[in-house]
Amino acid sequence: METYATPAPLVEMRNISLTFGGIKAVDDVSVQLHEGEVVGLLGHNGAGKSTLIKILSGAYPAESGEIWVNGEKAHITSPRDAKTYGIETIYQTLALADNVDAAANIFLGREILTRWGTLDDAAMESQTRKVMARLNPHFRRFKDPVRALSGGQRQSVAIARAIHFDARILIMDEPTAALGPAETKQVGDLTLSLKQEGIGIFLISHDVHDVFDLADRIYVMKNGRLVGSARVSDVTKDEVLGMIILGKCPPGGLPGPGAAPRER
Amino acid sequence: MGNLFRKLELDLRLIGMLAALAIIWVGFDTLTDGGFLTPRNLWNLSVQSSSVAVMATGMVLVIVTRNIDLSVGSILGFTGMIIGVTQAAILPQLWGFDHPLTWVVAAVVGLLVGTVIGALQGAVIAYLGVSSFIVSLGGLLIWRGAAWWVTTGQTVAPLDSRFKPIGGGIEGAIGANASWAIGIVAVALAIAVLITARRRRQGFGFTVRPLWAEAVIASLVSIAILGAVLVVNSYPLPIGVVRKLQAAAGAPEDAPLPEIAHGFAIPVLIAIAVGLAMTFLANRTRFGRYVFAIGGNPEAAELSGINTKRLLTRVFALMGLLAGISACISTARLQSATNATGTLDELYTIASAVIGGTSLSGGTGTIYGAMLGAVVMQSLQSGMVLLGVDAPLQNIVVGLVLVAAVWIDTIYRRHVK
Repeated sequence: METYATPAPLVEMRNISLTFGGIKAVDDVSVQLHEGEVVGLLGHNGAGKSTLIKILSGAYPAESGEIWVNGEKAHITSPRDAKTYGIETIYQTLALADNVDAAANIFLGREILTRWGTLDDAAMESQTRKVMARLNPHFRRFKDPVRALSGGQRQSVAIARAIHFDARILIMDEPTAALGPAETKQVGDLTLSLKQEGIGIFLISHDVHDVFDLADRIYVMKNGRLVGSARVSDVTKDEVLGMIILGKCPPGGLPGPGAAPRER
Repeated sequence: MGNLFRKLELDLRLIGMLAALAIIWVGFDTLTDGGFLTPRNLWNLSVQSSSVAVMATGMVLVIVTRNIDLSVGSILGFTGMIIGVTQAAILPQLWGFDHPLTWVVAAVVGLLVGTVIGALQGAVIAYLGVSSFIVSLGGLLIWRGAAWWVTTGQTVAPLDSRFKPIGGGIEGAIGANASWAIGIVAVALAIAVLITARRRRQGFGFTVRPLWAEAVIASLVSIAILGAVLVVNSYPLPIGVVRKLQAAAGAPEDAPLPEIAHGFAIPVLIAIAVGLAMTFLANRTRFGRYVFAIGGNPEAAELSGINTKRLLTRVFALMGLLAGISACISTARLQSATNATGTLDELYTIASAVIGGTSLSGGTGTIYGAMLGAVVMQSLQSGMVLLGVDAPLQNIVVGLVLVAAVWIDTIYRRHVK
């Protein structure tokens, strides 16, 4: 295995656990993410991957375990905390307020104010035009509420919100679930260009093919536990499917606490 | 036609509401042989609309956040009683009758009580998670009962003489010259706002309306403002009052009586000021932006780091404050505080907001729409009173209009989408 130039990982989640109504949604899971790395987080629906990531983005507080950012212990109890550490999230549901326009969504919670403390809509629209020009050059509907936009346009607004504020860690929860092939490719290209900029990306998906195209490493979760991790180059898609479905960690991977015992 | 509106960037719904109001006004005027569109009737209409119009501005924000407040009429009744008792019983004991500060203290107490009640209900809704329908339904009963309790049902009268102008009437009319002054300042401000907004957008290189369109809008606004001044200044004070004023001024008894105009009524000016302040709050501040974001997608608002519980509490506190303002207007207008003041006002307030285009599913609504809605409701009632329609039939008509208005709005929304 190659070693990384940076000694401390960008993000390290250590022994994270969270229980919902007696069921361990996340059970003693540890993951790492390095600068400029795309890490896939795989598993069935209900495997606990979205819950794990919501702990990192501040939506749920962890019951036990620690989060370290850049080698320092981080205290994340709200989405606002996560954002101060440069952790931005693109949610599967996009989490857009449908009744307001793109600029209002991108700056929601972080509005630009005039010197009198009022909303500076013109400045926000101006910056929105700049960031959208990069993501989706054909985007013109700056004044419409986002409910009037297409799926791809809405996705670009959600991505714009995540990357506009100098994200260092980007969480993408099923980013292509609602997109057509052309838009999926666009998101893929964007992921790679953000990786070039040194941003660490968690890519959550239940689709092995998506992840194999983009990710450097993968983690697989099953029933709230970590089956194992592997470099994409060290395992086959079939082996990863085995991890997802059977919980079996292949020889090329590093088994986690949730791995099924090896057959002798 | 559609293209013309697009150039002007005018809200089609606003135009629709103004058209509906025009039809109602002209219709009643025809039916009453010119009895509706008189300065006197329009002046009274403006005064009668102001209390509900003030509360409707807050109801918009409540409904936008996907909540409802059924308690505003009762809060109005209770705070009205508190205001009455404060100025008629408590303060006179403290510093005697006719103290110049009595009305100020009474009004401030009323506003505080309203705000605290609203904040309390809002906190129960936001932090304890009880639905706003139930909390405010409870509030409707609680505060109406509490209003009775303040004086065990006795009416509080007379009120402080300096308090009465808040409710309108002859003491509450500011006269012709002051009305012209306000009108001219308002026109100047409106034009200044248009110019600043245009410069700002130009500064960022955005497209702006063509100059002729700006000019059309500026003229329409100016005509509306100055027209209103002209109307209120064409309504003279009654001869008896003028005679008294003349006598007080020391004029000889046989001198010819001049015509003195009412001018704007103070409650109407209060309502307009509240409307402007609330529009500013809704459109130009973070608070307003978050209110709409919560209405559009509560989860998204939460994930954006907005403290939705605190915000919701504030929205209800603001609603309580506005009910306190309306309590001042209503009790001053009745010149007495009774425990029945404001009964059914919650329904008129909600109806005004809804007729004004506020969607009960949350996320959409405008302050000006709700205020226009209040004027529409009051116009229907005044018109039917002029026509001598029986009270039960009035309610039937208002109810039908409410349902029809929402139905038309639903069709409009579907069409626009």
